[in-house]
Amino acid sequence: MPHRIVSLIVLVFAVPFAQSIAQENSDCFMCHDDKSLKGKRGNRTVSMFVDEKEFSGSVHASLSCPSCHMDLAETELPHAEDVEPVDCGICHSSEQELHRASLHGKAVSRGDPLAPRCKDCHGTHGILPARNPRSPVAPLKVPYLCGRCHQEGSPVTRQRVIHQDHILENYSESIHGEGLLKKGLIVAPTCATCHTSHSILPHTDPASSIARRNIARTCTQCHAEIEAVHRKVIKGELWEKKEHTLPACVDCHQPHKARKVFYDQGMSDLDCLRCHEEPDFKASRDGRSLFVRLDDLTHSRHVKTSCSQCHSEVNASRLRPCETITQLVDCAACHAEVGQQYQKSSHGKLVAEKDPNGPTCKECHGTHQTLGKSDPKSPTFPTNIPTLCARCHREGEKAATRYLGDQHDIVDHYTESIHGKGLMKSGLTVTAMCTNCHTAHSVLPRSDSTSSVNRKNLPATCGKCHHGIEDQFERSIHAASQSRSDKQLPVCDDCHSAHTIRRADEEGFKLHIMTQCGRCHEDIARTYFDTYHGKVSQLGYTKTAKCYDCHGAHDILPISDPRSHLSRENVVATCQKCHPGATRRFAGYLTHATHHDPEKYPFLFWTFWGMTSLLIVTFVVGGIHTLLWLPRAMQMRRQVRSKKSLPTAQDDGDHNKDKSGSAAPADNPEPGT
Amino acid sequence: MSLALTGMTLKFSYTGWAATLSHLLGGFESAGYIHRLAAVIMVGIFMAHIIDLSRKKRAEYGTWRALLFGPDTMLFTKKDLAELWGNIKWFLGRGPRPDYGRWTYWEKFDYFAVFWGITVIGSTGFMLWFPEFFTRFMPGKLINVATIIHSDEALLAVGFIFTVHFFNTHLRPEKFPMDIVVFTGRMPLEEFMHDKPAEYEALVNNGTLEDHLVESYPPIVIRVIRIFAWSALSIGFGFVIWIIYAMLFAYR
Repeated sequence: MPHRIVSLIVLVFAVPFAQSIAQENSDCFMCHDDKSLKGKRGNRTVSMFVDEKEFSGSVHASLSCPSCHMDLAETELPHAEDVEPVDCGICHSSEQELHRASLHGKAVSRGDPLAPRCKDCHGTHGILPARNPRSPVAPLKVPYLCGRCHQEGSPVTRQRVIHQDHILENYSESIHGEGLLKKGLIVAPTCATCHTSHSILPHTDPASSIARRNIARTCTQCHAEIEAVHRKVIKGELWEKKEHTLPACVDCHQPHKARKVFYDQGMSDLDCLRCHEEPDFKASRDGRSLFVRLDDLTHSRHVKTSCSQCHSEVNASRLRPCETITQLVDCAACHAEVGQQYQKSSHGKLVAEKDPNGPTCKECHGTHQTLGKSDPKSPTFPTNIPTLCARCHREGEKAATRYLGDQHDIVDHYTESIHGKGLMKSGLTVTAMCTNCHTAHSVLPRSDSTSSVNRKNLPATCGKCHHGIEDQFERSIHAASQSRSDKQLPVCDDCHSAHTIRRADEEGFKLHIMTQCGRCHEDIARTYFDTYHGKVSQLGYTKTAKCYDCHGAHDILPISDPRSHLSRENVVATCQKCHPGATRRFAGYLTHATHHDPEKYPFLFWTFWGMTSLLIVTFVVGGIHTLLWLPRAMQMRRQVRSKKSLPTAQDDGDHNKDKSGSAAPADNPEPGT
Repeated sequence: MSLALTGMTLKFSYTGWAATLSHLLGGFESAGYIHRLAAVIMVGIFMAHIIDLSRKKRAEYGTWRALLFGPDTMLFTKKDLAELWGNIKWFLGRGPRPDYGRWTYWEKFDYFAVFWGITVIGSTGFMLWFPEFFTRFMPGKLINVATIIHSDEALLAVGFIFTVHFFNTHLRPEKFPMDIVVFTGRMPLEEFMHDKPAEYEALVNNGTLEDHLVESYPPIVIRVIRIFAWSALSIGFGFVIWIIYAMLFAYR
């Protein structure tokens, strides 16, 4: 501990030495009690005023200025402006050590501008002891002090990763916060009681006071003999698995919401049922039924949960214990993780905005009768999920009418899709249904980068079931990790669609997929349709090579990649899939040949134009020949006609056409050949 | 006709008609069978013609020389050139219609067009039929070349037959609407006199005209032939319209 030794030496020698030689504090205040005194710190102009009264009331009143501002000990006055920052560690070395190792101290040494130093909490010249109610570190002030940085919307919460939210609100509503802030109990725990003042560490750090294995010790600072008084059985289980070994308190009592503990305070369900068992029991305010069917509860997932655990604000000392209830049931009190997911989801956001369309937990899970998703009677059982979601998302229903994207008739489309058929017709509960892709509680629109159906996350979402395909896809040129293209890369639904997913071995899909490839690979698709394969597909037949027959489906790789189906090593085998006699030369056939590109396929281009010119020349010559012939031929016809029709001269030319045509062969003898 | 029909469904596969037609023919595979069957028949007919020709040589002419360079030759001669020139003059009203002999030059042209067409279309057709065999000794690219030649030459043949040839032989106003000599092998004497004056003269001069005269076919036969010819003619025109539509309006 060299620091400590140095500071000891400084304490023993330097302080008295400095005092005897250097200026009296009054010398300093000669200048520094001027309220208009300004100085430079870096590029900023700051006030250099020091309130003498404040200083003399502080814990450091008996120290001389150079005891802290050591670099000024022997300087001539007025001193230079670039004064070293004060090092509190010269006296408070142990605190400094703790701070240095803490989250705050590490942030300081990283140069984080938001990191708190000693003076940010304790102040500078007017430092007061923690006992003093005016001190910023007095128990009553601590939540406000910490809250300066750790409240919603502050730069720290916005720019740094802190896994808890609404810390201050939650704390102030917790039993600890209420004790401190509402009841003025300065022994009630503040932030620093659990997190310590100087040694603040993340709960993942084993040395932290809030690390899992240290939690019990931290809480028993106050709750010293909790194991002696705590209920032994909670949720049907002994919470103290090993005697005198406390589990992590936060497993049940959420860190900043310690209010939401499940005191049943002697409340039993029977107390509630005294009224709520009555079938015609109604709310006096709006007349809605408050009847609770006990049967629902005893068959539900929450059979072992008592009323007051969910309806947590009951007060057993009242005649009507429930009259103190002000809040709706908060499922997140137990289902914290799910609750957090839900709050970030589109559903949760709607509810937070007080939108009447936003579904809360009970819309999907029900209330007293809630069942687990593995119970076939539950609305959240796989085969019931599409019906459940369809209640709002069917065309015309409230969610579908708000929706502005391009997915319509999703319920009907899903039902017709391979997933829908698997689930609804074949009853395969492992088939993908709404929540498999969209998640149950983190439902977010596709545009949200954290959504499970966002372009970025879709391969992983589909890969949850289609793992082998995802593996292939992630190695293919279409995967974001492989391609260096700046164009948008395709993900699963670009080819397979979202809700109308069909069997890939179905005729319709096979033909459809070519136009899907062609959406990006326009030229290649066009030239494909110039070849025999393309033409046959275009006629609507699948028994010919289509894009994926040669290129592969999910494992598409550039031809230059030796693993590609079309690499030099593999191409002959790929052709042989359909043409068993294919040879290396056979593979030289141009499957994307076009006769429109003189650069790439000169011989095809010239063959085509050679043939076309032959065609044009023949037609032009033949055409001219014919056209020239026409007038003569007409003349000739008239001559022939007039000769023939002399006996019946009254018939005009047109009328005679057929007659002469059909009569001629029969009437005349013919020369045989 | 069936060759053209099945072939063009492929060539103009981007038109809606092609798909419909292809389905009517029982799918691309059966269309392919029809195409190849018709091709084999056509090549067979061509072979039969060659054999017939050599037989004829033995029976009527004795030597190839007599067949090929006699007065009734199919080969182009100086006389054809003169007749072409005379015909153009006649078109322009500057001379009489040439006195055509056994074969007019356009008939000869049509004959050799078929000769050339069958050779070219047939050989490339075989390449497309057996690509695995042909690429044993030819680069794969030649299959692409063969495709183009096959299809364009076929287009030329079909187009030419159904327009220029149809006009020259059937739609000429004096023959309108068709000349069924190709099926009957007989034509009215009057028309013969008019059409092939030189041959007529020759026959009259050597007194063999009477030997060649036969009775006309009974009307029922003529009617059947006409019905057949009519349908061929209309299908042919259908093709022409389709080709024009595909080339001009739907070309991709």
